[in-house]
Amino acid sequence: MTARDATPTRTLLLGSLVIVALLLSGASMPRWLTFLLTMSLANGVVALGIMLLMRSGVVSFGQGLVFAAGGYTAALGFGALGLTDGLLLTFAGGLIAALIAAPFAWLIARYRGIFFAMLTLALSMVLYGLLIKSTAFGGSDGLNMGRVSYFGWRPSDASVGYTNYAVTVIVVGIISVWMRIYFDSVRGLVTLSARDNEIRVEYLGSSVRSLIATNFIIAAFCGGVGGALAVIALGHVEPDYSYWTRSGDFVFVAILAGHHSVLAAFIASIALELVRSFSSAYFPNSWQLAMGLFLLAVIRFLPSGIGSLWVQRWRASTVQRGSA
Amino acid sequence: MSSMNAISAQGIQKKFGAVTAAADVQMTIAHGERVSLIGSNGAGKTTFVNMLTGYIKPDAGEIMLDGQSIIGMPPRQIARMGVARSFQIPQLYHSLTVQNNLLAALAAQQSNLSFLQPAKNAESVARASEILQRFDLLMHADRLVSELPGGVRKLLDIAMALTSQPKVLLLDEPTSGVSADEKFPMMDTVMRALEGSRTTVLFVEHDMDIVLRYSQRVIAFYSGRIIADDQPLQALAMPEVKPYVTGQISADADHA
Amino acid sequence: MPLLLTILIDGLTYASWLFIVALGLTLVFGILKILNVAHGSFYALGAYATASMVAWFASMQLAPAFSIVAMLLAAVVVAALVAPLCERGLLRMFYGRDEVLLVLVTFALFLIMEDLTKLIWGVNPLYVADPYMLFGMVDIGTLSYVGYDFMLVLAAVVVGISVWWGLNRTRFGKLVLAVIHNEEIAASMGVNVSRVYTLAFSTGIFLAALGGALTAPMISVQPGVSVGVIIISFAVVIIGGLGSIPGAAIGALIVGMARSTAVHVWPVAELFSIYLVMAIVLMFRPEGLFQRIQARKI
Repeated sequence: MTARDATPTRTLLLGSLVIVALLLSGASMPRWLTFLLTMSLANGVVALGIMLLMRSGVVSFGQGLVFAAGGYTAALGFGALGLTDGLLLTFAGGLIAALIAAPFAWLIARYRGIFFAMLTLALSMVLYGLLIKSTAFGGSDGLNMGRVSYFGWRPSDASVGYTNYAVTVIVVGIISVWMRIYFDSVRGLVTLSARDNEIRVEYLGSSVRSLIATNFIIAAFCGGVGGALAVIALGHVEPDYSYWTRSGDFVFVAILAGHHSVLAAFIASIALELVRSFSSAYFPNSWQLAMGLFLLAVIRFLPSGIGSLWVQRWRASTVQRGSA
Repeated sequence: MSSMNAISAQGIQKKFGAVTAAADVQMTIAHGERVSLIGSNGAGKTTFVNMLTGYIKPDAGEIMLDGQSIIGMPPRQIARMGVARSFQIPQLYHSLTVQNNLLAALAAQQSNLSFLQPAKNAESVARASEILQRFDLLMHADRLVSELPGGVRKLLDIAMALTSQPKVLLLDEPTSGVSADEKFPMMDTVMRALEGSRTTVLFVEHDMDIVLRYSQRVIAFYSGRIIADDQPLQALAMPEVKPYVTGQISADADHA
Repeated sequence: MPLLLTILIDGLTYASWLFIVALGLTLVFGILKILNVAHGSFYALGAYATASMVAWFASMQLAPAFSIVAMLLAAVVVAALVAPLCERGLLRMFYGRDEVLLVLVTFALFLIMEDLTKLIWGVNPLYVADPYMLFGMVDIGTLSYVGYDFMLVLAAVVVGISVWWGLNRTRFGKLVLAVIHNEEIAASMGVNVSRVYTLAFSTGIFLAALGGALTAPMISVQPGVSVGVIIISFAVVIIGGLGSIPGAAIGALIVGMARSTAVHVWPVAELFSIYLVMAIVLMFRPEGLFQRIQARKI
């Protein structure tokens, strides 16, 4: 948020600009870069779900659950049901993930702090435990997935990378624009205020539990979409997607990004993906060390994340002074 | 129905273990009245306020708000029925600006929280500015709550409660923690902001100067019972009220 | 009958080292209010240090029986060197901050330690198998069981009793209990809370390292062991109740037995069953089976 009012129209306009810019620049990028960006955006939207929950005052350590759910949905839809449309699979991934999260949402929304974190963690590990021992879902090997088509058109070898990238940019872009509008909305402000003081929110007439439950389901949808997009790009899904360390990665991105800026989630995700790719090639045994030190530095010196660097503590004011 | 009483409580009983917090508490308050609830700590006035706002449930008895029973309702439901409260320790949104605190308060009252409508829409901003103006807080609009002095925070706390245009406003020790020379200007501001509305105001207060100056009626609590319910001067002059509430031991007591 | 006995002994063995490790985790939470994601890393450190220590003892031509001493020594060294460094150098900077924030700090610590062990000991698995045969075989009925497993059970019992005794029967233990109950009051009554913290953390780390040291002969010591250990330790302390010693024992037994039963009877359930129990406990009795800390919910 800058010093001007962010109306839905402005957000939509800005978002569209970013989407178009990414689409255009993607056409001239080397393949490894479009792939890296595709994965970063897919992971970023999962972290965006955590950001939404952070704005509500809780941190989920179990986004792996919905990430895996989305990924497996896409792979199974393609392999077992013969659905080849990438958009359909992506949407299905988000939907199934949301449906899996929904029964727990109301219950989970009662908890805060460590208990919320541990419960989300436990649920993701239950899925991991189920997946790794299940032959139907490919066991520890996971599932492979072929090339998806879009509206009947199957991309060629040369264009598949860019096509998946473009679809990812558009899908994630739309979700991001919607999320920003949500952050700025009436509901978004009540959510944010609940982070500071739940008691006040309740005494003003809103149910914090209901807000968190809703946000939990929305975050699940985001996670599922991210999972589907990642698997479509990668061609493979495995139980590891639901493991606690994967959830930890998403939290890492969310903490780095902070809870103020949607864009920050993707900048953080891209930055991390870049560092990880280069480091594991040149410093395979010390990039995690660097990550850990970096996380500590962020927690210590930039506790509100990188988003706080450009978001002016939401000080936009349209109060008419002088006309009192 | 304006013929109904704003608040009507009958036969309220509440015990916490061996402690009687409310014993057959009864009161009727009409719309527009300004009533003080006084009593030493533990006398039962806070318990009554908590029952009125839905934080705790009485063991027995009835509380009606404008003719409707509110027993068993959670705080947010009672809030929507028109009861607003301020807090002894201001309950504010510490990471937001003053203006955003008010916008957030306005937002929280809406029944269908919109996913799309901006929180900073023209109507809400105008309403927030209007309230800030009435409370003389306009100059603080862009400041973060964490930067505000204590008296301003208390005013903001009360201003937030008034965003809902409530039928009943409960002020929980509005002047506690406020310096002596700020108390009257602060309460003057609050009363001015309430001018013209038919809001029923209940204050929980320890400061008798405030009680005398701003309320038309005093209800005194002791050990969970109401021991006085009268106009301020009369209530405070009652022998039962004096020692337990105001701490004044009259000279006569020594001869008794 | 032999199957039942096998399940029982397997479960008990697993529960034993798990109890030692989880005890450390629950103590650190109970006293410092920190849920230490890096706890598994200290387990790994104990295992690695043991590998080195045992090799060093062997190179000095010491009798194989000394490898137990090597293990204990390894655990002590880890606790004495690394724990104060972590507590004073790092965690102290974040005391009083949000509990989830501290989890993130320990997560960062976990990442750092993962690579440190790789840098020190390399990425290839290490084997410390010799000590596993130190106690020979025990014949029960028609089957033979490894004596080492019974030693583990004994070790767990000794550790449990020692910690209980240390907390409830010594003067220092009483101070620790005071800090657990109300840190502010304890501090205002002259208790050196800072020293209690350092010692408590060191004890917790020692227990993690000891768990790693004692199990080193049974596993291949390689990068990644910490990852599985921490998550199952979380399950144990959540089930038993954060901060509770008997809870750690009961939790370890439940997890150990559940896993053992699954492995021998229904392998599919081996992993998810444990986390399912953890999730159910969190949903319906979040303070754990032994109440110590109130779940933070609204």
